[in-house]
Formats: sequence, structure tokens, C-alpha cells
Amino acid sequence: MVVASTEGGMSVEEISKEKPETIIRSKIEVAVGMQNFQARELAFGLGIEPDLIRRASDTIIGCYKAFSELDATMVEVNPLVISKQKQILALDCKMSFDNNAMFRRSQVSELRDKTQEDSKEIFASDRGLNYVSLDGNIGNIINGAGLAMASMDMIKLAGGAPANFLDVGGGATPEKIVKAFKLVTMDEKVKVILVNIFAGINRCDWVAEGIVDALKKIEIKVPLVIRLAGTNVEKGNKILKESKINYIEANTLEDAANKAVAALNK
Amino acid sequence: MTVLVDKNSKIIIQGFTGKMGSFHADEMIKYGSNVVGGVTPGKGGSKHLDLPVFNTVKDAVNETGADASILFVPPAFAADSAMEAADAGIKICVAIVDGIPSHDMIRIKRYMRRYTKSSKMTLVGPNCAGIISPGKSMLGIMPGHIYKEGRVGIISRSGTLGYEAAQQLKNLNIGVSTSVGIGGDPINGSSFRDIIEKFETDDETDAILMIGEIGGPQEVAAGEFAKENMKKPVIAYIAGLTAPKGRVMGHAGAIVSAYGESAIEKVEILKECGITISKNPSVMGDTVKSVIEKM
Repeated sequence: MVVASTEGGMSVEEISKEKPETIIRSKIEVAVGMQNFQARELAFGLGIEPDLIRRASDTIIGCYKAFSELDATMVEVNPLVISKQKQILALDCKMSFDNNAMFRRSQVSELRDKTQEDSKEIFASDRGLNYVSLDGNIGNIINGAGLAMASMDMIKLAGGAPANFLDVGGGATPEKIVKAFKLVTMDEKVKVILVNIFAGINRCDWVAEGIVDALKKIEIKVPLVIRLAGTNVEKGNKILKESKINYIEANTLEDAANKAVAALNK
Repeated sequence: MTVLVDKNSKIIIQGFTGKMGSFHADEMIKYGSNVVGGVTPGKGGSKHLDLPVFNTVKDAVNETGADASILFVPPAFAADSAMEAADAGIKICVAIVDGIPSHDMIRIKRYMRRYTKSSKMTLVGPNCAGIISPGKSMLGIMPGHIYKEGRVGIISRSGTLGYEAAQQLKNLNIGVSTSVGIGGDPINGSSFRDIIEKFETDDETDAILMIGEIGGPQEVAAGEFAKENMKKPVIAYIAGLTAPKGRVMGHAGAIVSAYGESAIEKVEILKECGITISKNPSVMGDTVKSVIEKM
């Protein structure tokens, strides 16, 4: 989908609210890519004078090429201007790219500037963990993105606030658990750590061994709440109990969130 | 749900001889799924897990009569494998793979338009847990034992949150007819709307639990479909109330970028569509129970 408007310099969200009549849309057939007539229609629609239409449509097609050949998720040129010398210039451009496609777009991935990112998020992405830093003080270690979001919601309902989103992956291996503990303990805001693992293809006993191993390597000074569920949950809880690590056991999602918030207030 | 998988589904594994393919093929066989072979280009003619290996999906279909497939190939080759399955006449294909580029998904969807509705393969996923019809067949990677046989349909973007729901239902002695993981990517083969439509006509399902999350329009599209076309009750939970705007929350598709994509907005819209909302993720089971008790 291509969206164009004569109201340059404004964000497209604002334009769609304030001057929706100025927005032109064009649907591209991905099998054949953008056609000349579509670019021409957009250019005429923008009121560009006839002798510049050719150059304007080349520019528009160029944007589409960049979008499709670089695995972009968005290309935004705003504003596009015509100079007094009748040149068509992109004064500003923003592009977003598909992370999943970076393996085949080295010319794009090389542009990544890690100094512009959160250091904990870089630590996570370098280790195959999905992490987003947040403002609260309950650190999370969870498997699965949906379960991680759901646990954050439960923490909020229990009156707390999550310090992070962290998905260690559906098959949380002991090595990943160790890395996750390292990551969460790097965050000085964290006053309680909540571990919530629903073991599917991995087993709770295996996850429990990972936790025990992590706690041998990393000293944790804050209360730790652990909820295990799924395959071999009894074995997992037994390993945790017998390891003599200092933790609070929780049974359900709700129980885990309540205990994490309660531990915060002690 | 017999429209997706049942005891008679003949399953092949694409990416059969790899580590993931081997492990999950074995799990599916142990669960009782009818796995008839697999495909690994270049290894045709050999045996793996006592089953035949084929070079192409067409060979596998010709020799075994396979009608279902599951993909365990690396993301870069996944689009190619899905299109190969569609062309060989596979009816249902589950793409477990996480990390397929969005432009590849667009290409698959465009390619699938060459088939008529009746001959078109149903693609589920990518980045999903797959499908299970408890007691019948598992075409996925879920822990089969947490699913009790029954009459509630589950559709979930998240794998682990779908497990959480199945476990809560089992604890309440409620069973599942079929659970479908549609995956966490922004462009997927089957949407909530596609699957609830199948559940509506499935005579083994009485009620549907839909587990959504932030990002994208598909929960709302399913809600609007349900309002207009469905008689069976739909219960929904939307994850991500606390998710910040503009950040990707693990799943590539879990990002709030437009109106109607946050959890609060989705909940409001779904309520207007007459869908019962599970207020939080720990009462998904209880909410389903209260709805089916009123039926």
C-alpha cells in the first residue's frame, strides 16, 4: 500500500485526522510490483506539473524498489519537495526493516548503531533473548512472548509494575535461564525477580536445574518467586526445594504475581 | 476438529532429518499422530525413525497419500517449503518456524491465490505451536498431556499462553476439541477469523476461547465476524495491557502502531461484538466455565 498526501511535513496520522481528503492511496500487486501508471496516478494526484511527472513517478517507483528489495516494513519520504530549479528532492526519509530478513540484507544490518540502543537490550539480543526494558521494579524471566505479556498484566493487576519483558523462548534451555538471570540482575531497578515457566517441549526438572545452576553462578540479593507448570512440574519443584536455594514457590499465574508484589512490600 | 486434523490425517514432516524435525516427529508419533514419512531434499530413498524419506513433497504425497504437513525447515527456506506443500496437494500445513521474513509471507499468500477455494491448502503459522485435537492427532509441538478431550475450541497467537489455557481448563475438568496456534507473526497463514469460522461449523465444538494480544487488526476482524455470523459463544483474553506503545514484545507481530491495536482498545471493541472477556490470564478457564454453564 502506498499512501501520499500534499500536506508535507506533517505526520500521516495527523493528516488522516485533520485533512483526510488530501490522502491518496494506491494498492500494489506484489507479484508484479509497482507499475508506472500507479506512480503516475499518485504524481498527478499530488498536483505535480505535467513536465515533472516522469521524474516524480521515477522517484516513487524508486521508493517501492527500496521497500521490496531491502525487506523494509516501511519507507517514508516526508517531505518530498520540488526545488526552484525543478528538482525533486527527498528532504527526509525514514525506513523500518524486518528483523527476520536481516540475514539476507547485510548492507542494512551493518548500519545498526548499537550505541543508540539500551545496553541491556543489546546484551539480550546478542544472546537470543527477547527483552524490552520497562519502568517498574519486578524483573521477569518467562518463556513465550504471550505468557510474558500475560504475566506483566498480572503483575499490574496485583498492584506492581514490571521492570522488563523477557521471553527466554518456548524451549527454555538451562543455558538460556542462566543468561536471563544475568540480564535481569544487571538492572538496578529490579527489587524482586519473578520466574514463570510453562514447560512444554522442555521439562520443568530441566528448567529447575537451570535455575539452580544460575544461582550458583550469580548472586541474587532480591527475593525470588518461581512458578513452574507443565511437563514434570512435581520433579521440578522437588529439585528446587532440595537445592536449598532461597525462593518463594508459586502455583498459578495469579499466585506468582501476588507473591512477587507482596515480596516487594516486605 | 475434523476439518483440520483427525486420526486419519496422514502427516509428513518437511525438514524431517534435522534435529527439530526428528525430535518433534518422534513426539507426534508417541502422541498417536499418523506420521507417514518426511521430506529432506537429497535424502530420498533412505529411512528415518523407521519411516520413508522423500526428496520432494510430491513424491511423498504420491507414495503415502499424505494430506498434512509440518515444517521444521530454517526460516530462509520456509516460504519455498510451504509453496511446495501447497502445490503437491497437501490440505493442511503447519509452519512452526519462527523468523520468516514478512516479504516471504506476502509472496506465499500471493502464490496461494492460484488455487480455487476448494483446492487451496490451509496454512497455519508461522511462528506457532501447531494444532492438536486431543486424543486424535497432534500436528504441532505442544505438550500433548495437558490437553483433555472435550468440546472447547482454543485459538491462540501465543504458544505458552495456549498451554496455560489448556491447563486451566483441564484443572476445571473441561476438555478441548481442537487447539490451534496461529502464531505470533504480523502476517500469518490463518487468522483468528479464518479459524473461528471453522469452529462455528465444527460439530465437535460448543464454545471458542480466543487468546489474542497487542498489535494488528485480526482480533477485531474476528470479533466483527462473530457478531454477524456466529451462534456459538466466544470468550477472549487479550495479553499486553502493560505493553508500551511502539515496541515489539517478543512476537514480531506484537507491536501497537495504530488505533485499535492496544489491549484496552481490543477488549472494548470485542465487548461491543458480544464476546465475553476473560479479565486476566489466570481466569481464562473460569470464564469459559461460566459461559458454558449458562448454555
